[in-house]
Amino acid sequence: MYGMKQDWELEPRPRHFVLEDYVGGQPRWCTGCGDHAVLGAVQRLMRDEQLTPEDTVVVSGIGCSSRFPHYMKTYGFHGLHGRALPVACGIRSRRPDLNIFVATGDGDCTAIGAGHWIHAIRYNMKMTVMLLDNHIYGLTKMQSSPTSPQGNRSNTHPLGAFLSPINPLSVTLGVTNASFVAQTVDWNPPHLYATLQAAHKHDGLAFIRILQRCPHYMPQVFAALQQDTSHAVLLTHANGIPLDDDVARMFKVKEEHDPSDILRARYQAERRDGIVLGLLYHNDNAERYHEYSAAGLGMSAADKIDVVQETMDRFLV
Amino acid sequence: MLKPPGSYSAPPHRSRAGASGNRIRFATDEVTNMGEAADVVVAFNEQVLYSRIDVGALREGSVIFLESMWANHEDEEARNAYTQAVQDFKERGYVVIEVPMEEECRKLVADPRRGKNVWAVGMLCALYDRDMEKVRQEIRTKLGRKGEEVVKANFGLLQSGYDWAMENVSFRYQVPVKESDVPMVVMNGNQAAALGIMAAGFDILSMYPITPATSVSHYLATNFHRCGGFLHQAEDEIAAIGFALGASYAGKTPVTVTSGPGLALKTEFIGLAVMAELPIVILVVQRGSPSTGLPTRVEQGDLLAAVHGEPGDAPKVVMAPSTIEECFHFMITARKLAETFRGPVVVLTDANLATGQTLYPRPVMKEEWLAPPIDQSDWDENVRPYEWDPKTGFSPRPVPGQRGGEYVLTGLAHDEGSHIAYDSDINQRAMSMRGRKLITIQRSLKPPKIHGQPEGDLLVVGWGSTRGAIEEAIARIQADGHKVSSICLRFLHPLEPGLKEIFQRFKKVMTVEINYSDDADDPFVSPQNRRYAQLARLLRSNTLVDVDCWSRVPGVPLPPWWIEKAVRDKLDRLKKENG
Repeated sequence: MYGMKQDWELEPRPRHFVLEDYVGGQPRWCTGCGDHAVLGAVQRLMRDEQLTPEDTVVVSGIGCSSRFPHYMKTYGFHGLHGRALPVACGIRSRRPDLNIFVATGDGDCTAIGAGHWIHAIRYNMKMTVMLLDNHIYGLTKMQSSPTSPQGNRSNTHPLGAFLSPINPLSVTLGVTNASFVAQTVDWNPPHLYATLQAAHKHDGLAFIRILQRCPHYMPQVFAALQQDTSHAVLLTHANGIPLDDDVARMFKVKEEHDPSDILRARYQAERRDGIVLGLLYHNDNAERYHEYSAAGLGMSAADKIDVVQETMDRFLV
Repeated sequence: MLKPPGSYSAPPHRSRAGASGNRIRFATDEVTNMGEAADVVVAFNEQVLYSRIDVGALREGSVIFLESMWANHEDEEARNAYTQAVQDFKERGYVVIEVPMEEECRKLVADPRRGKNVWAVGMLCALYDRDMEKVRQEIRTKLGRKGEEVVKANFGLLQSGYDWAMENVSFRYQVPVKESDVPMVVMNGNQAAALGIMAAGFDILSMYPITPATSVSHYLATNFHRCGGFLHQAEDEIAAIGFALGASYAGKTPVTVTSGPGLALKTEFIGLAVMAELPIVILVVQRGSPSTGLPTRVEQGDLLAAVHGEPGDAPKVVMAPSTIEECFHFMITARKLAETFRGPVVVLTDANLATGQTLYPRPVMKEEWLAPPIDQSDWDENVRPYEWDPKTGFSPRPVPGQRGGEYVLTGLAHDEGSHIAYDSDINQRAMSMRGRKLITIQRSLKPPKIHGQPEGDLLVVGWGSTRGAIEEAIARIQADGHKVSSICLRFLHPLEPGLKEIFQRFKKVMTVEINYSDDADDPFVSPQNRRYAQLARLLRSNTLVDVDCWSRVPGVPLPPWWIEKAVRDKLDRLKKENG
């Protein structure tokens, strides 16, 4: 065609999706809650990637952020507290065709669901896992979470949390077969979007910890980080989260970090001098459990019958 | 001979000797249970016998073929223990035949510990006049891959045992062989359930190891993939069912296999499956409970946990096969029910069915068993994800991939559209619709068959693996002219219809179960505080009939004579009460 760029596609799409095709119920999160930004970013990603709504499942547990699937116009599974990951893995096990997103909170993932979290990382089944980490239980009204800062006052620890918080990044990076570990914040839409996009394209379990504001119960916890980007360390690399220069320029502290280096990734997760944002670790060669679990999907009924008959015959006397 | 028509694998007695054994009962006609005290015992050492004596496995006159090597053992303690035991056995009235198994085997093989069992089989073949050629075929099947040398060595051992018995044992038993008209298979209940899982078209088995259920998974681990299935060993019992429910939501056909402690952990997800109406089959191979309990032993203690385990009202189907054959067929029924009813179906077996082996007619495979669960074409957008039919409570379900069916499944109270709803009327209606499904199933069931006359003095009600022993006990009492009958329930929730009418035709009704109940004769027990056996509680509340119970928790299957004695006692009492 005249004047057309070489990389343009002329393949007609039978259906074209706009943002509204992904927008479900009216969110009932508080004004100023970071979850709104994540929801919007996921919906934009789906539109930009033209994901078919009926081929997409959003799985969640219980908690404020686990209301996520209700606000999408896709299939959704709003299940049990802490149990989003086994359900998501079960969906993936025999359905390689679906897009799977998991919304889980810090209580859901790192407390009641901690066992599943570890094993889901190891299974490395293709899905985007968003840990919406606001350091507090919101739905049940301000109890400490495993990521609450030490000394943080809550309804269960009125004198302050006893212990130092768990570090979801270092825990995830300690699990054999972790393949994609990133950190972003709800209040930087370009970085959030770019992280989600990279995660979605990853063939394996992409784990994103999203630092998420809870204006109601934890209004100050990210205030310093929001006001002064020198508290953050932006991880940059050609294989990292791609970011426009004008966004990257906002960050005072940047560090080149090769996401293929697991030991360096663990250092980044543990460092105390700043909160790292970006892709800590990425390994496309990690084993993927869904490649085993999907075996035998296309087998015909006739072949199955033959096998069952032959198996029964082995018990003949 | 190596594949007996009725057997029970006795678990090792942990506190003594750590040895295990196999119990074989065979007859010309059908064998339905493990039977009574043994006629013949083969023992490789005398100490293991004590654990069997403790549970009443021997009687006066039982013939013991006892390995005699310990008589001349170098260790004085072993020699003395042996001599004392032989003396003790004789005093107890057993017939002891000392057999030089070790010595005879050593003439043929270097290490008699491997092969002594085949020598013993040869000895038994002589004793019972069995076809040695069949045994040789079986040896070839089982050991053929170990090479001709091993096969030949075992043939030699077999023949040696046979010859020894022909020469040294003066009596024989006659059990005539009756050929079957239809092809027969032999397997244990866990293998039958595993084969049922394959034949039923299940797509995924998601499990966590637990005794005595695990052998279902062991069998499927080597066979399931051959018919397109996948076995997932999850990180825990909770994840096992969560994974299965994810697959179910995605339109696949999952099954999970567990035992009592695992059932407890799965409770929350079973509640979700009820609430969100996800089909799933949960096979529970019961063991002794509560807590870690008796992991390898027999009990029927999970009935109420299966029926009522979840908080709130969680209507689900609970069914129990009564034979190994039913372990196969119930998996097919369970899958169909779970999908029609759109919810969880619990299949309760027990360690008795799981490890016992028996003959049954080879099932005839039907293609319809493998039918996919749902039509994957586009969904009619006007149909809501829980479009409950008010007559049945049933509703069609959309699955991911179906355009127009997008919905968010939730464990929260919800309306037909799966929208979260805390509204009083909606909750009342949704609960009644989920409950209605059980009524619909109950209305499709047939009343139980009565073993014996349809009316009389006493009706014995059982469920699950006790059926064979109950029917054998009842038949003996009936033979004495007593008006006693029995029924065996396969559906425990909903209960089979017509029970009240049946019960009313008998003067008294009692259950026989392998779970705990307070003994009515205990001085601390009164009608006000007595805790009944589990089925008895269900029957009492369901029929308002004063159903009595006799139950024991010995960890082993109930032999017919225990049941016979309990039922005769009950009859005597009834006679006294009625003058």
